[in-house]
Amino acid sequence: MTKMTIMGNMATAMGAKLCRPHVIPAYPITPSTLFPEKISEFIANGEMDGEMIRVESEHSAMSAAIGASATGARVCTASASQGIALMHEMLFIASGMRLPIVMAVGNRALSAPINIWCDHQDTISERDSGWLQFYAEKNQEGLDLMILAFKICEDKRVLLPGMVGIDAFVLTHTVEGVDVPEQKLVDDFLPPYKPKNYLDARNPITFGSFGTPEFYQEFKYAQVQAMEESEKVIDEVFQEYKKVFGRPYQKLTPYRCADADVIILTMGSMSGTARAAVDIMREEGKKVGCIKITVYRPFPGKELLNLTKNTKVLAVLDRDITPGLGGALYADVAAQFVNRPVHPVILNYILGLGGRDIVINDFKEIYDKSHEALEKGVKNPVEWINLNKELL
Amino acid sequence: MTDEKPLFACGHRACAGCSEPIAVRMILEEAGPNTIGTICTGCLEVVSTGWPETAWEIPLIHAAFENSASVASGVEVALRQLGREDTHVIAFAGDGGTFDIGLQALSGMLERGHKVLYVCLDNEAYMNTGIQRCSSTPLGTSTTTSPAGTYSIGEDRHKKPIGAICAVHCIPYTATATIAYPQDLKKKVRKALTMDGPSFLHVFAPCPTGWRFSSEKTVELARLAVETGVFVLWELEGGNLQNIRVTKKPKTWRPVEDYLMQQGRYRHLFKPKKRQDVIAKIQQDVDDKLIDLGITKET
Amino acid sequence: MKIAIGAINEKPGSSKKYKTGSWRTLKPAIILEKCKKCWMCKQLCPEGCITKKEDGPQINYEYCKGCGICAHECPFDAIIMELEER
Repeated sequence: MTKMTIMGNMATAMGAKLCRPHVIPAYPITPSTLFPEKISEFIANGEMDGEMIRVESEHSAMSAAIGASATGARVCTASASQGIALMHEMLFIASGMRLPIVMAVGNRALSAPINIWCDHQDTISERDSGWLQFYAEKNQEGLDLMILAFKICEDKRVLLPGMVGIDAFVLTHTVEGVDVPEQKLVDDFLPPYKPKNYLDARNPITFGSFGTPEFYQEFKYAQVQAMEESEKVIDEVFQEYKKVFGRPYQKLTPYRCADADVIILTMGSMSGTARAAVDIMREEGKKVGCIKITVYRPFPGKELLNLTKNTKVLAVLDRDITPGLGGALYADVAAQFVNRPVHPVILNYILGLGGRDIVINDFKEIYDKSHEALEKGVKNPVEWINLNKELL
Repeated sequence: MTDEKPLFACGHRACAGCSEPIAVRMILEEAGPNTIGTICTGCLEVVSTGWPETAWEIPLIHAAFENSASVASGVEVALRQLGREDTHVIAFAGDGGTFDIGLQALSGMLERGHKVLYVCLDNEAYMNTGIQRCSSTPLGTSTTTSPAGTYSIGEDRHKKPIGAICAVHCIPYTATATIAYPQDLKKKVRKALTMDGPSFLHVFAPCPTGWRFSSEKTVELARLAVETGVFVLWELEGGNLQNIRVTKKPKTWRPVEDYLMQQGRYRHLFKPKKRQDVIAKIQQDVDDKLIDLGITKET
Repeated sequence: MKIAIGAINEKPGSSKKYKTGSWRTLKPAIILEKCKKCWMCKQLCPEGCITKKEDGPQINYEYCKGCGICAHECPFDAIIMELEER
């Protein structure tokens, strides 16, 4: 293991490199550009086998990834924001074809207006695509989640693609200390990709068939079953990772939740700030805790119900917005509780869009608002934090 | 002529008289079973890959409409990385998936130099969705989105010169072919597969349903297109268009009218009133093109 | 029959299960005496249902859609199209 101080993009690139991908089709886009740059450098200097395809668009990146993965290669790529949106149709196709491609995403806002900074709109808008989704709190997680994603996605019980989100600039371009695992350990943990079905003249199968109404629903159901199977696989693989590399991962990581009246649900880099804010508020006697989501798809409903069974308010933080509804995460969370006879008050806070910093005071405001809702009843379940009303 | 098992089987749902299966069988006969095909959404894909059946006897992947070339790029690199680069990669696409929506992916693949033979099966419209115009639709053609009418001669733009566009990417080999000249087509496929880089084969593929002619005339129309100069059979190595070599010159050139009058999609040029102006324009365009190719018509 | 993972078509050439012969209204008939075994019919058949036999081409009527290309293209007029009788 080597200790390095590296940016988030470098961490995901190193994570990818350790997994020995055969084909890396990639297109530059802020903030994930450093990923293909680094991969090119590794290959140019003979530090990595594998071949980069310098495709002419993100849509072609995912198309080439699909072609390569179907041929039996281990494939990864990286993109963000508009690039993810451009490859939207191909994401569904990759998942429908059950190809375990892994993609590092520098979570960035979607146009319009154009914005290169951090929010989760790009990946959260692909929550229907049938990709597993992981979110990193720090660069270490970015690296580890790349390796974890390959292992989980390539499992015969899963065979679905996976994306690993690291926040734009906050993680992609911020230097943090990272433990880079030894290649030998990763090789043992993640053996070569050996698919059962792949394009080969000795076994001429057709990928991407025409699925009529007679069969389409069942194909979708089978895909969903694989996503549900992955819940078990994720737990197993996380356990194994801890044994081999010493770092624990969970779908949901609670912090000081046991006796909390208000639990704040976070995803991405804001989770670190949340813990610091919780510590400060606890000093003030407030019974508050937070939960970090690492695995967003498949949605960890069971775990969430379990961790929040004694709390009074669940404050869901969305770094994204579904206009006309609220946050996407909020809707996913509410669906878990809606049929329970008893459940906490569930509130939604929209914040940090387009790279607006999420700071300790935001969490204090969230706690205060949540506590008030508990005492006085819910007036607005969806609220925006740190909105500059003077501009409106 | 082999009697080996054809690599594109019977039972596909193409229209009676469709030229695409004819072309595909000829191409695969040359390429052989050690070939991986990519295909984009279109007639050929829809008629041959309805789950659970497939007409293909080679491994094939269909992803989306515009990306046969990018999927093929991924396949080619994967084969190289996995030590299986003796397998041919052929990207099949219609004119829709090549001239318009597929042009970006195609250009990217050609520019990056992937060792892929890209075959464009050109029936001059978006046939699968019901005969809509494409940039491959020639001047004066009636389609559902460029219909002939009181104020319209049909398509009012010229056919995009896709062969030239591909060739000027300076790829090793570009050629045109059609089913009426099987030996010419097969020779070109054979040659393309020896190239150490991308090749583009533009296959003229008459469509009885979309062009509105009786199904037995498919091959005859392909022949007529060549005999009138509407479609010229040529090949080129490298990117200098001056070096184009015409591979089939008819002994006598027939007037384009002979070709147009056989097809319902040009009916409006003859009935109710003969549109001599449009026919003359089409003839002029053909003559100019032949001159550019260094061909003088013998009278 | 169970669905295949990823909607893969696992059996190459399985389209043969579907007999397209039921589509036709005209049926080609070969006049063997006129046939010079040039095999153009076999090359140009869109269905690929004409096979080479010792005495001439054999049409697999289970798949022939009756398009008429073989008859139209035969240089020796050795194939004629007849109305299908059902």
